Amino acid sequence: MEDVGSVVAFWALAVVTLGAALVTALVRDLVRAVVALVVSFLGVAGLFVLLSADFLGVAQALIYAGAIPVLIVFAIVLTPRAARDNAETGMRWPALVLAGALAGLVIAVAVATDWGDGAREGFRETASAIGEALLNRYVLPFEVASVLLLAAMLGAIVLVRED
Amino acid sequence: MSPFLAEWWDLRDLGNLVGAILEWISERGAPDWVTYVLSGIVGIVAVLLWAILSQLAFIWIERRVLGRMQVRLGPNRVGPWGILQPLADALKVLAKEMVTPRNADRVLYWLAPILVVVPAILVLAVFPFSPGMVVADLNVGVLYIVAVTSTATIAVFMAGWSSSNKYSLLGAMRSVAMLISYEVVQVLALLAVPVFTGSMRLGDVVAWQDNYNAWLVFLQPLGLLAFIIASAVEVNRSPSDIAEAESEIVAGYHTEYGGIRWGMFQLAEYVAGFAVAATIVTLWLGGWTLWGLEEWVPGWLIFLAKLYGTFFLFIWMRGTLPRIRIDQLMGFAWKFLLPLMLLNVLLAGLEKVVWTETGASAGLVLPAFAVLNFALTAALIVGWGAIAGGLSPRMRAKRPLLVREVGGIYYQPLP
Amino acid sequence: MSVGLEHFLVLSALLFGVGLFMALAKRNIVGILMGIELMFNAVNLSLVAFARFLEAAERLSGQVFVVFSITVAAAEAAVALALAVAIYRRRESVDVDRINLLRW
Repeated sequence: MEDVGSVVAFWALAVVTLGAALVTALVRDLVRAVVALVVSFLGVAGLFVLLSADFLGVAQALIYAGAIPVLIVFAIVLTPRAARDNAETGMRWPALVLAGALAGLVIAVAVATDWGDGAREGFRETASAIGEALLNRYVLPFEVASVLLLAAMLGAIVLVRED
Repeated sequence: MSPFLAEWWDLRDLGNLVGAILEWISERGAPDWVTYVLSGIVGIVAVLLWAILSQLAFIWIERRVLGRMQVRLGPNRVGPWGILQPLADALKVLAKEMVTPRNADRVLYWLAPILVVVPAILVLAVFPFSPGMVVADLNVGVLYIVAVTSTATIAVFMAGWSSSNKYSLLGAMRSVAMLISYEVVQVLALLAVPVFTGSMRLGDVVAWQDNYNAWLVFLQPLGLLAFIIASAVEVNRSPSDIAEAESEIVAGYHTEYGGIRWGMFQLAEYVAGFAVAATIVTLWLGGWTLWGLEEWVPGWLIFLAKLYGTFFLFIWMRGTLPRIRIDQLMGFAWKFLLPLMLLNVLLAGLEKVVWTETGASAGLVLPAFAVLNFALTAALIVGWGAIAGGLSPRMRAKRPLLVREVGGIYYQPLP
Repeated sequence: MSVGLEHFLVLSALLFGVGLFMALAKRNIVGILMGIELMFNAVNLSLVAFARFLEAAERLSGQVFVVFSITVAAAEAAVALALAVAIYRRRESVDVDRINLLRW
């Protein structure tokens, strides 16, 4: 990706995504954290589109910016007398050290490795290719995933039903 | 560049004019990115202008039509037949003070009206007003419509939450519950369209309908019906405007908003309504085609005529139908529309398989499917309604569980 | 100046770090869940980046993995939030410091 548009788009989206993620981690109010989280997810969707995964980008926007925040919002509203703040426990410094160390390790590996990626073109239209793959090569995981979704739905209903 | 492009004076497609101007600019030596950015800006400005002008017109039309339907006059003081009423309203809204409640979460309260408008306008980018008049003809257009409209949910919740007003919060929770329920119905109704056309690009969907001379409304009557109902809920229009039901919770999630912020919510609602009408026209009613008339009349005029006609349908529904109670509305989505939509997708897939496997000609298969689907639609609606509505009282839920959570009032039925 | 695979991997690692910090250090169950979702996103991003830069054109395995990952994440979010609501109903709190019935 050498062209100016891609480079500018990458840096803008990277700043938005990471900045919104940091806001999510640092802001004290839970609802504001959810809003920042949505911005971060939309940034990732933009990065997907930049990586020529158009179907995934739209699916990401649909699920992570449309569905999951709504679930989180419901969880916040259905726990009315719980604390609304997003504070850390006493383990914040060990957690920070551990998270920083892990991120540093992964970055070191990612930079040190010679990935041997050539300058190849992005994919064209991915929606139909993904559909083909799901129904040919990955048909068994596809079915398992649908059973998993059903089980999760039933589990969620059973967990919160009032008896 | 689109293959449809012709000379600049060919106003059957305004894309020709824009294309000619851009070509003229690039011949003067401007680099590629200038024309690229310019074409985007032209498209966005055109869509915005169209949306705002249409909204101004429809504020007047809606109020006059509703007046007629309810045997009263409607606005008739400002200008001839009250035609300047929207301008007066706009001036009033602009001049009003914007009040912020003392306990409001200021950041979210300020952001919500902006974030509500953004998705409503973003959706309009994918609709082909005519072959060359589309800002971005994405190859995942159908999914894009759903994805972008679904992001409005969180903005609505922000508005209700940050106002720190119980009616706002009730309205926001009702709205969120409605949106996620009817989004499922909407997605399933939309899903049957790419099954037939084999493409999620809206331009291809229109081309498919033009090619087979078969609007998808004939093949998917059930899907269209469910989509209209679900869309009326999504854009908060009566009979399902319970998120802002005046007689129950003041004005719902925008109770605390005034001035231009309130105007933003109104704008978002109207533009979302236009987007829904545009979706219906593009996917089910043949878009900018009208069986050959598009050769003589500009395609965008046909598209707009269909769009306004579809929007009129929503006004008509608002004028005729009473508001539905929230638990009835939720039950209707999950118990009635959702099973029917699952059946509809299955049916569409079966018909597609029959069509491709037998290799029958389209002229034979499509009318047969149309007749079959209309018969099935009637049978399913009547049959499923009888089954779901005829359950004995003992088998119904004792108390709609969601009602208390999302702020409804439930009346204990008489023994 | 160009953008390569390393750029996306570094971004993904940073995003994962933020998510891990949230999952480890937040007191509210909902906050922990948001951290987990961020980690999911970081992994998805690196998978799509690998698919874009390393994979042969026809296979798209990386993107198909992400489809499954998004599916599982949605199911996980539903169950985890149901758990949060269920815990709240019992104990009137979603503070993980207070939910210590299973402590040795």
